[in-house]
Amino acid sequence: MNGLIGRKIGMTQVYDKEGRLIPVTVIEAGPCVVNQVKTMEKDGYRAVQIGFMKQKKKEKPLHLKEFKADKVEGIVKGQEFKVDIFAEGERIKVSGTSIGKGTQGTVKRHHFHRGDMAHGSKFHRLPGSIGAGTTPGRVLKGMRMAGRMGNEAVSQKNVLIVKIDLEKNMILLKGAVPGCDNAIVVLNKGKKNG
Amino acid sequence: MLNKNAIKEIEQKEMKKEIPEFNVGDTVKVFSEIREGDKKRMQGFEGIVIKRQGGTGSRATFVVRRLVQGVGVERTFPLHSPKVGQVKVMKKGRVRRAKLYYLRKRIGSAATRIEEAK
Repeated sequence: MNGLIGRKIGMTQVYDKEGRLIPVTVIEAGPCVVNQVKTMEKDGYRAVQIGFMKQKKKEKPLHLKEFKADKVEGIVKGQEFKVDIFAEGERIKVSGTSIGKGTQGTVKRHHFHRGDMAHGSKFHRLPGSIGAGTTPGRVLKGMRMAGRMGNEAVSQKNVLIVKIDLEKNMILLKGAVPGCDNAIVVLNKGKKNG
Repeated sequence: MLNKNAIKEIEQKEMKKEIPEFNVGDTVKVFSEIREGDKKRMQGFEGIVIKRQGGTGSRATFVVRRLVQGVGVERTFPLHSPKVGQVKVMKKGRVRRAKLYYLRKRIGSAATRIEEAK
């Protein structure tokens, strides 16, 4: 199995064996139940679809996610996967939805430079010129401007697994992880998914 | 559904069971682990505790200030760090502030003078 779906609980800090302080994100991952197995014969590719979080009235789990797999033999529907598919010290990819920032200007959204705030300057946080005049006579596509920021899919690669707690389905990842507390994150291992 | 207690449990494990007793205003000697190549040894740092923060949590820290050749030096120690060993109270101090930032502005002997507690 190549990954799990989890939920971000929050952040704290722990000491490692050498006494160094490490910032960690606590994630409740799994147990995930196999919802569907995709095979070469039937679907043209191999993958395992897993679900996370049971729903009260419906049979289908609240969140579904598909992971590519080299081998799908031996994996059946209803099988459960827990955090022990990962190992401490392993580096994985974590995907989530970033925190929405709403409408933001170019300074925050695209790291534009700011104008002088004093010394008689009237140019503070404006975007400046967005193109030439008659030629080309339009604004070029993809011009970075103000607008909605955040609330988009973000992936973080090479995130170190600091600790695993199989009993509580908890996993501690070094550093920050995309999304707010309680947000759904996908933990992914294996180069095929990376 | 959000299990915030899980964080508390993790932090509980990181905390020391026995915390040395000292307060702001006390003159203490803090022994912390220092690595020199392969060797480990405990180094002392003596000064006045000017700040304690973080309360009873696992992230609690304290700041020790001392004068080295007339220059103020402050070190922040995480209270629960395994690298921070014994905290020896040399002198109990009586102060009327929670944070002794006013010591930073003092020069000479006034910078280290604190009324002793009875």
